[in-house]
Amino acid sequence: MLETEQTNPFSPDLIDILNGVPHGIALVDQDFRIIMMNRFLEALTGYSGEEASGIYCDQVLHSSFGRNSSVFRQTVETGVSCSAEGDIIGLNRKKIPMRFTVTPIVEPGEGRQAMVLVLEDIAVFQELDRKKELGPAKGLLGHSPKMQEIFELLPVLAHTDSSVLITGETGTGKDLLAEAVHQASKRGKYPFIKVNCGALPESLLESELFGHMRGAFTGAHADKHGMFQLAQGGTIFLTEIGDLPLPLQVKLLTVLDDREFFPLGSQKKVRVDVRLITGTHRNLKQLVQEGKFREDLFFRLNVLRVHLPPLRERVGDVRLLIDHFLQMFATSFKKNVKMLSAPALRLLDSYCYPGNVRELRNIIEYGVNICRGEIIEVEHLPPYVLADVSKASRAIAVTRQSGYIDSGEKLAAQAVSEIPDNVSSWSAIEKTNILAALVQTGGSRTGAAKALGWGRTTLWRKMKEYELA
Amino acid sequence: MKILATLQHNDIAPRFDLATEVLIARIVRGRISGEPRTVLLPGPGSDELCSLIIREEASLVICGGIEEAHFQYLVWKKIEVIDRVIGPADLAIAQAITKQLRPGAIVRAIGRLETKRSVAS
Repeated sequence: MLETEQTNPFSPDLIDILNGVPHGIALVDQDFRIIMMNRFLEALTGYSGEEASGIYCDQVLHSSFGRNSSVFRQTVETGVSCSAEGDIIGLNRKKIPMRFTVTPIVEPGEGRQAMVLVLEDIAVFQELDRKKELGPAKGLLGHSPKMQEIFELLPVLAHTDSSVLITGETGTGKDLLAEAVHQASKRGKYPFIKVNCGALPESLLESELFGHMRGAFTGAHADKHGMFQLAQGGTIFLTEIGDLPLPLQVKLLTVLDDREFFPLGSQKKVRVDVRLITGTHRNLKQLVQEGKFREDLFFRLNVLRVHLPPLRERVGDVRLLIDHFLQMFATSFKKNVKMLSAPALRLLDSYCYPGNVRELRNIIEYGVNICRGEIIEVEHLPPYVLADVSKASRAIAVTRQSGYIDSGEKLAAQAVSEIPDNVSSWSAIEKTNILAALVQTGGSRTGAAKALGWGRTTLWRKMKEYELA
Repeated sequence: MKILATLQHNDIAPRFDLATEVLIARIVRGRISGEPRTVLLPGPGSDELCSLIIREEASLVICGGIEEAHFQYLVWKKIEVIDRVIGPADLAIAQAITKQLRPGAIVRAIGRLETKRSVAS
């Protein structure tokens, strides 16, 4: 008795062990009929193990995997544990994403085979993956301290209903930030309407923003809702607010104060509940001083102000964005482009990006389109990037002569100096490319043109230009 | 009244959204009138199935697991839904006629209804 106790001091029931596991576990036979279930799975499905005994597991679990699914069959055939992701519909009629793991077990002595089916709730992981994919703000990427500050500010902006003014150079992501603020706010399920104040003449813009009644002006054949009405409950984003004509600034101010306005030609006031976010690349304060922007509207808009830094001030973000856009375009264009060469990366690091992220995106899109291999080289980048960096290097040389150079310029100069001499001009690169294509195709102009992605005429013209014809 | 049951082979389909067949029975004075018919759906999908249920003017739906949104939609359309039912469809319908079928019921018996298959347009 004592000996038995020593060799097997504690032998609880299998079901007690399974009940202690915080995952759904079922023991099923070779035909995937339930033999037993743990308490977690009972709670999840609403059936007791006794009730479910002898019933096919997919019927009890209401799972997306049928008993004839390949995962289950594979386990039976190979005797190896398999897992796959699917979902079940739980007792509360909620679809729960699950990882199903099936492990075969053989009963000692008898040789009977059964299967252990483990269901792991992966909803949290899927949510994490989704958040990781979206980043802190959908479409906005950045590891730089300046962008981190913006990301930290985002929940604050989303939590309130106050007006937000987003400033920043062109291409810094003002639209994306505005949309991210809207999505994260309680108005997220309502419309997000974007209006470019600089894109339309004054008369059209008024009608666009506030709507008009039939017959309000020539051509107004029917009543039309304005963007403010369309954004009811949601957010309206007025981009390039600095370009808003003065008369409309008054009307906008009234809307912001009273939350109501008269559509063009209407005698009936329209009441709206809309949050306003504005964006501009202009210096509104300066416009106020110049008398081009109403001071009272400026104060009304400037409640919460966010300044998006230009790309050149976002330390380390260029590489991150390059990787992001490279992956995005390679997938989108179904190209096998994997990376940028070291000289190409140095060139992009030293470029000043007057068009900011939008320009970097376009450069990478160009590179992915032009590149025919796996690595984007300097010659696959738009010629103006090289020209601009060369110009910058010349400017630095002049600065050097004057005895002053800052650290950023030092880096740029270093990067430029590391670019091989033989790629000093786009013409030289193009000429080399043409020669290489002709050699590759054994002198066939048709083949070379095809390899370069040009028409025969273009190739002929370029050859003539470089005196190769 | 019409009873519609989602079908997998002869049993209630485990999932409403994955069902590709339905069994429709017309009930007159507490008895199945005529021959219940099986309708093959073009493919699985809750929305399409809801449309079919409404088109067929079914007043009771017997199914397996169904998501809350679709359950509520059918209820809103004044259609009774008995969900999480496990077992042969014919027996489930028989129990529903006698008001014995409850959500989450496990119906166990032998016996099948003879059905005639048609394809949903």
